[in-house]
Amino acid sequence: MPELRKTVVEIEGRLHEEYVVVDGEDLPAWPEDRVLSRVGQPLPRVDARAKVTGTARFTHDIQLPGMLHARILRSPHPHARLRRIDVSGALAVPGVLAVLTHENVPELGWPGRPLFDTVLRYQGAEVAAVVAVDEAAATDALDKISVEYEPLPFVVDLEAAVEPDAPRVYPEGNVSADEASVYVRGDTDQGFAEADVVVEANFRTAAQLHNCFETHGSVCSWDGGRLTVWDSTQHVFGVRKTLAQAFGLPMHDVRVIKQFMGGGFGSKGGTGRYTVIAALLARQTGRPVKLLLDRREENLATGHRHNTLQYIKLGARSDGTLTAIYHQVFAGVGAWGWVAPVGGPARELYRCPNVKTEEYAVCLNLGPDSAFRAPGYVEGTVALEGAMDDLAVALGMDPIELRLRNYADTNQPRNLPYSGKGLREAYRIGAELMGWHLRETTGYLPRKRTILATLGGGGNHSPEGEQPPAGPGGVEDLVCWPGTQPEDLPPHRRRGLGMASQIWGGGGGPPAHAEVRVNPDATVTVATGTQDIGTGTRTVLAQVAAEELSIPVEHVRVLLGDTEAGPYGPISAGSLTVASVGPAVRAAAADARRQLVELAASLLDAKVEELILKDGRVEVAGSPERGIALRELTARLGNFMVTGHGSRGPNPEDVAVHTFGAQFAEVEVDLETGAVEVTRIVAVHDSGRIINPLTTSSQVEGGVIQGLGFALSEERAVDPQTGRVLSADLENYRIPTALDVPIIDHVMVPGADLAANNLGAKGVGEPPIIPTAAAVANAVYDALGIRPTDLPLTRPRVLAAIKRLEEAAQAVEAGAESGKEQAGEGGTR
Amino acid sequence: MERRGPGPVPVRMTVNGVTYELTVPPRRTLLDALREDLGLTGAKRVCDEGTCGACTVSLDGQAVYSCLVLAVECEGRTVETVEGLIRDGELHPVQEAFIEHDAAQCGFCTPGQIMALKALLDQNPRASLEDIRQTVAGNLCRCGAYPKIIAAGLTAAGVVAARAAAKAPEDGGAGA
Repeated sequence: MPELRKTVVEIEGRLHEEYVVVDGEDLPAWPEDRVLSRVGQPLPRVDARAKVTGTARFTHDIQLPGMLHARILRSPHPHARLRRIDVSGALAVPGVLAVLTHENVPELGWPGRPLFDTVLRYQGAEVAAVVAVDEAAATDALDKISVEYEPLPFVVDLEAAVEPDAPRVYPEGNVSADEASVYVRGDTDQGFAEADVVVEANFRTAAQLHNCFETHGSVCSWDGGRLTVWDSTQHVFGVRKTLAQAFGLPMHDVRVIKQFMGGGFGSKGGTGRYTVIAALLARQTGRPVKLLLDRREENLATGHRHNTLQYIKLGARSDGTLTAIYHQVFAGVGAWGWVAPVGGPARELYRCPNVKTEEYAVCLNLGPDSAFRAPGYVEGTVALEGAMDDLAVALGMDPIELRLRNYADTNQPRNLPYSGKGLREAYRIGAELMGWHLRETTGYLPRKRTILATLGGGGNHSPEGEQPPAGPGGVEDLVCWPGTQPEDLPPHRRRGLGMASQIWGGGGGPPAHAEVRVNPDATVTVATGTQDIGTGTRTVLAQVAAEELSIPVEHVRVLLGDTEAGPYGPISAGSLTVASVGPAVRAAAADARRQLVELAASLLDAKVEELILKDGRVEVAGSPERGIALRELTARLGNFMVTGHGSRGPNPEDVAVHTFGAQFAEVEVDLETGAVEVTRIVAVHDSGRIINPLTTSSQVEGGVIQGLGFALSEERAVDPQTGRVLSADLENYRIPTALDVPIIDHVMVPGADLAANNLGAKGVGEPPIIPTAAAVANAVYDALGIRPTDLPLTRPRVLAAIKRLEEAAQAVEAGAESGKEQAGEGGTR
Repeated sequence: MERRGPGPVPVRMTVNGVTYELTVPPRRTLLDALREDLGLTGAKRVCDEGTCGACTVSLDGQAVYSCLVLAVECEGRTVETVEGLIRDGELHPVQEAFIEHDAAQCGFCTPGQIMALKALLDQNPRASLEDIRQTVAGNLCRCGAYPKIIAAGLTAAGVVAARAAAKAPEDGGAGA
């Protein structure tokens, strides 16, 4: 009898309870020693040919008969009241069919904020939308809309916004202490009192813009009362639900399709305001409407990784054992949004009885934030792993030794052991590949750092406290001798090594469903409502089905990205797809296999338990002559499909499922220009069993490269005078180019996570971006002997750190001189 | 009465071996003409201002950012897009190498990357690693597929060089 069970699912650092229907036992994971012939193979993507021939159809490429084009007029001001709007000029432009504004927008069940508001809280807020016969006419019409704005005081700077007298994004203030996310374990006051050494540090990280190459956009078409939407989305079922609600439609009258997508990285998880606007205009005109954002709109209004201001304090005994961690985070969410779990690494990564994290959302007159690949953990790892290196310096310990001293075998917030944790192995492999031991033996980069001085007043912004910060705190920078440098380096360059750890979820969970349809020619169709956002989902699911059915991967076609193609699939986020949908596909394939074997048993006059399905044949084990080719079997059934159903089972209750990893960075810093060159990255990650090593390696490289962008060059620049974004294009917003990529060596820690799910596999989409920036920042610290605390590590910031270093050296010199004098004076007495 | 510019003008161009006569407004870019008028949606619009290279096509054998070329400039000229690379069902070596190396993640910048590399190998069948790196430096990729794009470029360069050598054995690798 099926029963309803509750299970805990972790997505992007947050726990949810989900109901799951359990009908019988889930399949056990393939054991470690099972030889798998499809799973684990580095196969090229099943949809690669479509991508290289230009036939892959993205939302941008959808063209429908009679299709109209819409454009959105957006606020040029960071904060303004809309006084008056006159659209008559726009309506007079030839080819314009309609204009929507706050004055005529129909009422909807749309759960989001008003589509067109009269108080515009960021540059890029929607003012009006035009629909016309082509894009040029729609764009011309935007210029003809006459708007009177009343500019209002604005705040775009995170540090300014927390001040009590700052201009307010909302009347109730920019920071709400009531809505802060506060976590407490043990007693941090006591923990710090027990500490022999305490280090504290401030960090700033910049707002990172997704810059999806395919901008956000939708094509909406009504057929009678039914709405079909082609949408560049990470969650077709999520968009279906919201649109049904917005338009008061039964869910079966909304279909959402996403076959190929030019990047999402977390920013395409929800339902776009542009989608609702396009659907409204399509309904109003009775014609399909395409609404694609341009590059600037993409960068103003579709989300970003929030910028942060972080204060972190660690306490440890002299042997390195952590006694307390305190981590305070202020995140610039924009006009509205959420704080990602920036405190997650501090809560989970190290064994520590006394931990407190506080995460505050700070509203700014900038576009709302959204998830961005491992939201929160990328930013939080910079602070935690930076402070750990400070602690290593203060203790005179090797950074890896310090991390191993505080190795956590359990998930402390949940008080559960980990299902599998290959972090120790990741440290070992990574250290060996990077040559970490050379820090000791070559004489450069000495293992034990000598503290030269402590500097006050640098980069201080947030003292500990329950309330938002009131001004600079008393944080001191540690400055140490950079050590002897290798002889092959010119004197104006310094080399450094750094490393950082990664923890993330990626265990997935229900609900996720799949169907496996075996056709009369023994080809197989896998149908599921998930989507392939460029990660390789189609390929991995085909491998899973082919493994279970023992057929070639080429005989499997995966249908996804369409609410009418298959049963429910979850959002493509949180590194959850392989671990959620993969097990459902395997269960569905096993169900189909069971049916095929039963059919064969009756044909072969054999018992079901005697039969095996292997390499396209069903046969009696040990007597291969008593068998039938799968294709012959299915053909005998006539034009009919054997259909297997499968779903993701509940998560294990007695363990916590997480992914782990470590990255190592080698950098060279130019003391004259402040340029940081990353010469090599070693990435070692544990995500359980790897279904496809080729697509996995692409994920790792891609994550590292986006992490390098975050570390070195990517920053939303905002003009403080006008509140306008200066880097809303790809010229001024610097994503890495092919020439910026160092050698990236990567290894997956071997082994399956047998407790995680029936594949033994965990996600790999987000883990690789998490530790990159932290490792690079720690390597720069190693190279210079002083830590630049603000990311990205652009030349001016690095030069400022070098200047402080020189000041410290001069101060020490002066101190030594006066010490000598004092000693001399003493001698005369 | 509002001043109005010139209206749509006829343009004749050859795209992937087929000659078309289009009537396009003067401001229409080659990219938009390919995508909107001819339905060739392989070339992508990403930045629309000549920064990213996703719209790269071949114009008279040269790789160009088609968002920076006006359609009316293409009168009498020859354009090749990613859709035109396939010959008798056979992919171009760059396309084959992209599949083999997993050089496409989301696939959005891929047609532009392929057209840039194809133009390089047409002009220089013995392209070096540095040539390949410099070529794709003008084609951004947000997924970070660069290591594999460069590897694919190298593999394709090897195939193209071998074919060039087989075709002209008398050249004997003289680098003609």
